[in-house]
Amino acid sequence: MTLLQRLAPLMMLPLCSCNGWQSALDPHGESAISLKALILLIVTVCSVVWMLVMIALILALRRSHPPRPRPLQRDPRTARRMGATVIAAVAATVAVISGLTVASFFTTRALAVAGRDDLTIKVSGLQWWWNVEYFGATPDQNFTTANEIHIPVGRTVRFQLEGDDVIHSFWVPSLAGKQDLIPGRPNELSVRAERAGVYRGQCAEFCGLQHAHMAFFVIAENESDFDKWANAQRRPAAQPTDADAVAGQQAFLSKPCAACHAIRGTKATGTSGPDLTHVGSRKYIGAGLFETTRGSLAAWIADPQTLKPGNNMPLVPLSQQDLLSISAYLASLK
Amino acid sequence: MSENVARSDTRDTELGRPLVGAALEDTWATPSGFWGALSTVDHKIIGRRYILTAFVFLAMGGVLAMLIRLQLARPEARLLSPDRYNQIFTMHGANMMFLFAVPVMEAMAVYLVPLMVGTRNIAFPRLNAFSYWIYLAGGLLLWIAFALDMGPDVGWFAYVPLSGPQYAAGKRADIWAQMITFTELSALAVAVELVVTIFKQRAPGMTLDRIPLFVWSMLVTAFLVIMAMPAIMVASTSLILDRLVGTHFFNPAEGGDVLLWQHLFWFFGHPEVYIIFLPAVGMVSTLISTFARRPVFGYLALVMALIATGILSFGLWVHHMFVTGLPRLGESFFTASSMAIGIPAGVQIFCWIATLWDGKPVYKTPLLFIIGFIVTFVIGGLTGVMVASVPFDTQVHDTYFVVAHFHYVLVGGAVFPLIGAIYYWFPKITGRMMSERIGRWVFWLIFIGFNLTFFPMHILGLQGMPRRIYTYQPDMPWSGLNLFASASAVILAAGFLLFFVDAFRSARYGPPSGPNPWDAPTLEWATSSPPPSYNFARIPVVFGASPLWEQNETLAVADGLRVDRRELVVTSLVAAKPQAREASPRNSIWPLLAAISTSVMLIWSIFSPWAVVWGSIPIAIALIGWFWPKGVPEDEA
Repeated sequence: MTLLQRLAPLMMLPLCSCNGWQSALDPHGESAISLKALILLIVTVCSVVWMLVMIALILALRRSHPPRPRPLQRDPRTARRMGATVIAAVAATVAVISGLTVASFFTTRALAVAGRDDLTIKVSGLQWWWNVEYFGATPDQNFTTANEIHIPVGRTVRFQLEGDDVIHSFWVPSLAGKQDLIPGRPNELSVRAERAGVYRGQCAEFCGLQHAHMAFFVIAENESDFDKWANAQRRPAAQPTDADAVAGQQAFLSKPCAACHAIRGTKATGTSGPDLTHVGSRKYIGAGLFETTRGSLAAWIADPQTLKPGNNMPLVPLSQQDLLSISAYLASLK
Repeated sequence: MSENVARSDTRDTELGRPLVGAALEDTWATPSGFWGALSTVDHKIIGRRYILTAFVFLAMGGVLAMLIRLQLARPEARLLSPDRYNQIFTMHGANMMFLFAVPVMEAMAVYLVPLMVGTRNIAFPRLNAFSYWIYLAGGLLLWIAFALDMGPDVGWFAYVPLSGPQYAAGKRADIWAQMITFTELSALAVAVELVVTIFKQRAPGMTLDRIPLFVWSMLVTAFLVIMAMPAIMVASTSLILDRLVGTHFFNPAEGGDVLLWQHLFWFFGHPEVYIIFLPAVGMVSTLISTFARRPVFGYLALVMALIATGILSFGLWVHHMFVTGLPRLGESFFTASSMAIGIPAGVQIFCWIATLWDGKPVYKTPLLFIIGFIVTFVIGGLTGVMVASVPFDTQVHDTYFVVAHFHYVLVGGAVFPLIGAIYYWFPKITGRMMSERIGRWVFWLIFIGFNLTFFPMHILGLQGMPRRIYTYQPDMPWSGLNLFASASAVILAAGFLLFFVDAFRSARYGPPSGPNPWDAPTLEWATSSPPPSYNFARIPVVFGASPLWEQNETLAVADGLRVDRRELVVTSLVAAKPQAREASPRNSIWPLLAAISTSVMLIWSIFSPWAVVWGSIPIAIALIGWFWPKGVPEDEA
């Protein structure tokens, strides 16, 4: 393999930034942007170092060797020259490593000071979904949602991260680096989105059977859209109007659903599953599994264990009619 | 033994050359047959077994890797259930680290170190036999559990609380933890043997600055094992206690701490990387000298680099925990120390390149693997510098970038030199050469297959693909590179398959090698291939670091040892001056019985704490049998 071929993929790295919503190379948050700059710096320096080592290796192998009778002989002048070269190379290594350490240290400091927060959001990781709590000025302005986090663009948001069962890790690569959610040890992460958009995040710490399907979305929007959304989320669930949804509400409340899920404004107050008060307004269900439609809701309720094997939602036996009306009801919870 | 004492002692000086050989063979040989195989304490037989077993585990771990690649080749594949997948990636990691990488390096040392320092057996040969049986039992425990669908599924790192009593029902996590106990026990045993062999059994004249670099690397590795392994044994034992008898070491609700697990695990887990890597470094230094036809350049610098790496390796563990929310300043300290380990690595790379530059390289298969090692390991080292940076790591931690990084370090950095070392020492072990023609194919398949498989994973990680996911959704932009990696893995697997075929074929039909086919300079080549049971008819005396190049006509030897009982020369630590003739233990079945009773106790204790009480009785009996006084003087000064 030639040098060029080996290098080609490395050189392509900066070009691969066109891959969308969950990529460290496609940053839209303050931290992620400075992290990408650091990543590019370190990768470039290291690529140069690798090339220099390879050139040295090739030169060493290609050297036309003067014949020497016995392996042991080493001309003292050559030995001195080799020693000096090795020492110079080691000195260069020390310089490069020190430089990268300093660069890394300053990037860390820049990240750490991004913390004059006005909005605090508590995120709890559970097997295998995310509980999201917003805190308002007064307790009655607090509200809970799941798997979808809205934030205002251009404002620093402080995430309080807590692990409720096992360790999870909160990671939205396009906005910031990751931070673990550890039972018994609350963590914090400051994030500021610089551009409006939908950013996907995913649990990054192995957390059991459905670690692969533990995604969430951060939706960064302008201040007024965010306020509108937050006000809507604060309200209890709308009373269903069409007959299908009314039947669905009754079925939901009379079946085991309400034991695990809460719908504010109804008697459903379970907390072991995601809050469903405005589930119809969320883009995805099942922690990023499907886009929210009446059909996907029905499919999920009908057979959660096939769609996400091992997750904690049991298969609840429902009649065809109940299934359809419950999905209609949930889809109506905008 | 008493009849031996009664007989007048027979010295090798009293016999002619052929008679010495015959008498020594009488004294040292392992009886043929089943009983002989079970009771042998010959380091070569045990070393061979160890190497073979480790390579069997490599092949099995490789099959698991191929299953992983098959599952990830396309999005939302349903080939493996999440439960099976989690068992498979846990098994792959645990198997490769605990049953292949560490044991195979120690196995190579068990075979080679006594030969390279010019002695007749490893120190504590019965402990050596015990360590092999314990290792085998640990491996069987893990794989039988996996076959019974009881394989651990909590990752090779088994983070609590996921592996704790509340979230890991059944016995899967206990099997992982107890497998650790088995392999650590065997690793510790070998480490102690190696330290004593290297300190006290070197051939007369092999002063500290004449020790072959592979032996130096194993000495440093052995100390790392001795200092790192207790941390993981404490951790895994605490985990078993949490699970079995309800202690709360790791339960935050009762004052325990889940991060304590990570500190203990990585205090072991990081040195573990160097426990695998340093022996490989020693192999590189040894092979490069033979094939460059020069003593390695910068011997002292290389030894210092080994020691520095060993010491620094204990100051890095926190870089596995950069996203757990530890204080920023402390994390920056670990960034600095993690990057600093790049300096001794650089020293070694530059010394090897200088050796090649100064020498006249002979391009045989082992050297190809060494060159392949330099190319890939430097990439792995540089990505190591990347993940050492806290801010960089927050984006790539627990992603495929890290998967790529450590495969570059462990496969490129340790397995490449190991395969080269197998090609190199195969004639010593079997007396036959492996095929040079197939060797080139093996090298190119493995080298190309490896890079094509693992390089794209760097990019996948930066594109946001986390580790340890059993599948990914079709709308993620990862399927192309994953399919590419999976297809390339077939090339890599073909390379390993060809390697195994070549090894099996050559062991039987390879051309005879003669004692020193590579014209190598170190002592293991000063005896026949394969070596006789007593290694050396007369103990060599050393005057330099490359004895067979310096004394290429005749090798000086020491004599005066008894031939009618197993005797070694004990030399002083620094100057290797002869100090005593020491008896070396004879074959014994007790190590096997001790290993069986220990295994029964350890496996039983997965199910009941009472096993520790009742199970220790047979262990005590076995140990009493093992250490029963023989009434023979231990050594004679």
